[in-house]
Amino acid sequence: MQQFVNITLNGLSQGAIYAAFALALVLIWRATRIINFAQGAMAMFTTYLALTLIESGQSYWVGFAAALVAGLVLGALVERIVMRPVEGGPELNAVIVTLGLFVAFQALAAILFGATFQSFPAPFGLRGFTVGEFTIAFTPFSVFVIGSVLVVMLALTALFRFTDLGLRMRASAFSQEVSRLLGVRVGRMLTLGWAFAAVVGSLAGLLIAGGNLVHPAYMDAVIVYGFVAAVLGGLESPGGAVAGGLITGLALSYVSGYLGSELVTLAALGILVAVLLVRPRGLFSRVAERRV
Amino acid sequence: MAEPRGTLDIRGLSARYGPVTALDAVDITASPGRVTAVLGANGAGKTTLLRTISGLVKGADGSVLLGGRDLTGASAETIARAGIAHVPEGRGVITELTVEENLRLGELLGTARRGKGGREHRLDTVYEMFPALEQRRRREANSLSGGERQMLVIGRALLSAPEVLLLDEPSLGLAPRIVAQLFALIRDLVDREGITVLLVEQNARSALSIADTGFVLNLGRVVAAADAASLAGDADLRHAYLGF
Repeated sequence: MQQFVNITLNGLSQGAIYAAFALALVLIWRATRIINFAQGAMAMFTTYLALTLIESGQSYWVGFAAALVAGLVLGALVERIVMRPVEGGPELNAVIVTLGLFVAFQALAAILFGATFQSFPAPFGLRGFTVGEFTIAFTPFSVFVIGSVLVVMLALTALFRFTDLGLRMRASAFSQEVSRLLGVRVGRMLTLGWAFAAVVGSLAGLLIAGGNLVHPAYMDAVIVYGFVAAVLGGLESPGGAVAGGLITGLALSYVSGYLGSELVTLAALGILVAVLLVRPRGLFSRVAERRV
Repeated sequence: MAEPRGTLDIRGLSARYGPVTALDAVDITASPGRVTAVLGANGAGKTTLLRTISGLVKGADGSVLLGGRDLTGASAETIARAGIAHVPEGRGVITELTVEENLRLGELLGTARRGKGGREHRLDTVYEMFPALEQRRRREANSLSGGERQMLVIGRALLSAPEVLLLDEPSLGLAPRIVAQLFALIRDLVDREGITVLLVEQNARSALSIADTGFVLNLGRVVAAADAASLAGDADLRHAYLGF
């Protein structure tokens, strides 16, 4: 019983991180119909910026905020400079460009920050809470992880549902041409979409790194799990991304806990294949056939 | 140059798709308070004309002026903000958004334009005009019928407080009774609000029934320009180009 509880709690906090990463993928998918494979590498890069600041004597929170701001700027720059020329062309071109960015950011990080493992601090305790005589696998840091992902999800939902900016961003995502005819500056909306996505991605990078080791490829596994989560959630809605993230986190935690941790990646790919075969629009997507 | 507000002046407009000439030195003027019809068969260049005016087709020669302001080569966003509302063929409803969200997009543009003295239109007025839309305000626009979608895009365009309304085949796919209602509504709007309407139609008979002036396009050239009554009365022209 205790084992089950611990595996579940561990799955939930891992799932929250996959959810954050899936949110970032969903934001860009909604706006441009591209899966940004460079998302993890961009997050790794901004996390290293935070680490550099923290190691130079700044507080964790200064590094945290700097990484999020850097994500915003990096996302906007990548869209304007690298993605803009391939937008509107075949989707495969854009996807290949994001793969190229992924390699480039990893190489750049190795040059700038070194390719060795470095430990990244956590802002809250990493010792589990105790319930009676048991210590459970739920730490103050887990609370922070789940809380911040919930805040981001609610903020994004509110942005899209209740603000004029959110309406313009959604309109641009669904129909660029009609949006232009309604005076929406579509290019600006795409830049903002990438910028917001990179902020959320950076948050996922920071949360994964907290209390762990970072190196230029530390996000690689998260890209796979976050992608599984996003596909599971249907790629369309922030809520679906979070649900997909939690389900993926739990499923992988059970596999790891009961079957063996070497099977986790295989299980993730198994979920991906199963979803694509059985419900390619994801568990939570309400969107009917769009292409007419 | 003292062009009146809301006058749309198209001078020597030419556009081509690769080697195909879609528009060939087209001159059209549309004035406020009047419905100007552009007629012609499929492939005559009518849709290209509207898409060039609203900035969706790039690289055309000639010029597009709104109230004397040169909009040639401007982006679609800028042209929309200048006061040209283009209701595209196939209606241009964003089906994933709700009815009200579609309308709010028009309202946002109207709010942005109001600083420049655009006419004020409110959501309530549009709901009063089209009660069917109010009943479905929270539904996805997907759920609307063809006629309701047409009401939605016209309402949305009106909320943007336009000086010029470009309508591309508004009668397409609608039952004759709905077409008659729609055209009566357009006429009424022009008379009450004094906006400029450029109406592109294959359904020449209905279009001429509400138009003041008409231009006939064939293979990208203007082959006839006259007031609507004389176009409708010209039997040779009707047989050759208008099919009625």
